[in-house]
Amino acid sequence: MSDLRDLYQEVILDHSKRPRNFHAIAGASRKAEGYNPLCGDRETVYLVLEGERVRDVAFQGAGCAISTASASMMTESVKGKTRAEAEALFARFHELITGKNGETQTEGPELGKLEVFSGVREYPVRVKCATLPWHTLKAALESDGAPAVVSTESEGPHAESGGA
Amino acid sequence: MSTVVREARTGAAASGPSSYDVEAVRRDFPILSATVYGKPLVYLDNAASAQKPMAVIEAEQKVYESLYANIHRGVHWLSVHATDAYDAAREKARAFLNAGSAHEIVFVRGTTEAVNLVAQTLGRQRVKAGDEVLITALEHHSNIVPWQILCEEKGAKLAVAPIDERGELDLAAFEKLLTPKTRLVSVAHLSNALGTILPVKRITELAHARGVPVFVDGAQAAPRMPVDVRELDVDFYAFSSHKIYGPTGVGVLYGKTALLEAMPPYQGGGDMIRSVTFEKTTYNELPYKFEAGTPNIAGGIAFGTALDYVSALGLPAIESHEHDLLTYATAALSEIPGLTIVGTAREKAGVLSFVLDGIHPHDIGTVLDREGIAIRTGHHCAQPVMDRFGLPATARASFGLYNTRAEVDALVAGIHKVIGMFR
Repeated sequence: MSDLRDLYQEVILDHSKRPRNFHAIAGASRKAEGYNPLCGDRETVYLVLEGERVRDVAFQGAGCAISTASASMMTESVKGKTRAEAEALFARFHELITGKNGETQTEGPELGKLEVFSGVREYPVRVKCATLPWHTLKAALESDGAPAVVSTESEGPHAESGGA
Repeated sequence: MSTVVREARTGAAASGPSSYDVEAVRRDFPILSATVYGKPLVYLDNAASAQKPMAVIEAEQKVYESLYANIHRGVHWLSVHATDAYDAAREKARAFLNAGSAHEIVFVRGTTEAVNLVAQTLGRQRVKAGDEVLITALEHHSNIVPWQILCEEKGAKLAVAPIDERGELDLAAFEKLLTPKTRLVSVAHLSNALGTILPVKRITELAHARGVPVFVDGAQAAPRMPVDVRELDVDFYAFSSHKIYGPTGVGVLYGKTALLEAMPPYQGGGDMIRSVTFEKTTYNELPYKFEAGTPNIAGGIAFGTALDYVSALGLPAIESHEHDLLTYATAALSEIPGLTIVGTAREKAGVLSFVLDGIHPHDIGTVLDREGIAIRTGHHCAQPVMDRFGLPATARASFGLYNTRAEVDALVAGIHKVIGMFR
């Protein structure tokens, strides 16, 4: 089971059982709904933007352990960051879990606690679970105030099939 | 090599219903000796697709080695013999369903294409604005969407008969939904998501009493129970080769002669015509009218071999073997705290859907996979069924003729590992 523990690390299990920032934000300035049609998972991300900065972020929804933990840890990571910093973090995170060349190549922000998701790269079918909240966040950031909807399948076939 | 396999096959097939020798059956399926992550494969995803016995694998290979040419075309030896073998597979499908004539057997790519074929021919002919097509709430997407497309085109309505908490069809509600506007009924014989067996004979009696033809999606039922289309009196019956231990890309649409003859062709092309001029084309006789283009010839012939294989074991024997597995698994899974079985119909076969409190089916599937256990997780292409039970997804174990009680035990042990990890 040691290899399974690479995917389901204690930190991930903890966040999946007790997700942080797991609530709606009344009066959120941005909101987006993410949907994974392959498994039926739905997550809503709420944002309070102050200029370019994420003053508050929270989420709600039903998902698997990976997507719930990813959403929970994402909210902790992006709170207080600027829009550009949050998007740069997503780019690094995406690289981490799709394991391009096994390493993150580009210069960018430190992933910090998000490194625990590195095990996802060994489970290509679970990559979409981990990225769903991030895609939803990105849609919320880009939504210009109107509620946005994003699907994991909107990038075309196998857009996120990940590593081998 | 093949001699050993053939002996094993004969051994399994000859054992008969009274002494179903599942270990002999397993030896016929090379993939069942595979290991996954170092663990023996436990394949419990048969409702998605079934594995292939050596006889089927060899049959397809043999076509390409010694029998391959296009069919219904050539005067040459290979074409004649390939045509004979393909026609023999059609006759096997006729016998399998107890249809009256081989010309009532249309070869298609699979059950999905069969539904689309009937929707786009008989459906477009019969269904007008304000009419209704009646289905049930437990249908697979492939028995929903083709009718939605038709209804949208025609300004018709898709009526849906409800299911109850057990996943059984509400027959009284179904009967009420059969109205003078109903032009066609289309139902599954066996639900892929819940395992419910539908009372197809009764449904057909009710529909016929109002002059409404009935299409039956037999994708899950055909590999699991004897089907006699004349006894059921259904108008159409479809199933897929790949779910009955044959190759992918082949399926059967059975239709009653009078209906097939009255229907316009589905696709235009070669083989479906009698004569073509730029002014007028006359169509070929049944079933070729519906078989435009070169089909999956080798797959079709090997499909015939798959039907031989299951027929030799006997559908009653397979049915009783899988019933034993389902009963055993239902009892074992019911003992697991926090586990809920989704779909508890009194008449049930082959499929066991379940959820675990607080644990997402996706995570169940990933942990079981590392134990070598293949199950399906998700909505099983039956999102309305999931909505009915208020679930985004379930985990589903589905049985085949080669599964064993020991594999059910492995599933139960795997589920306990899942619980240990996430609780």
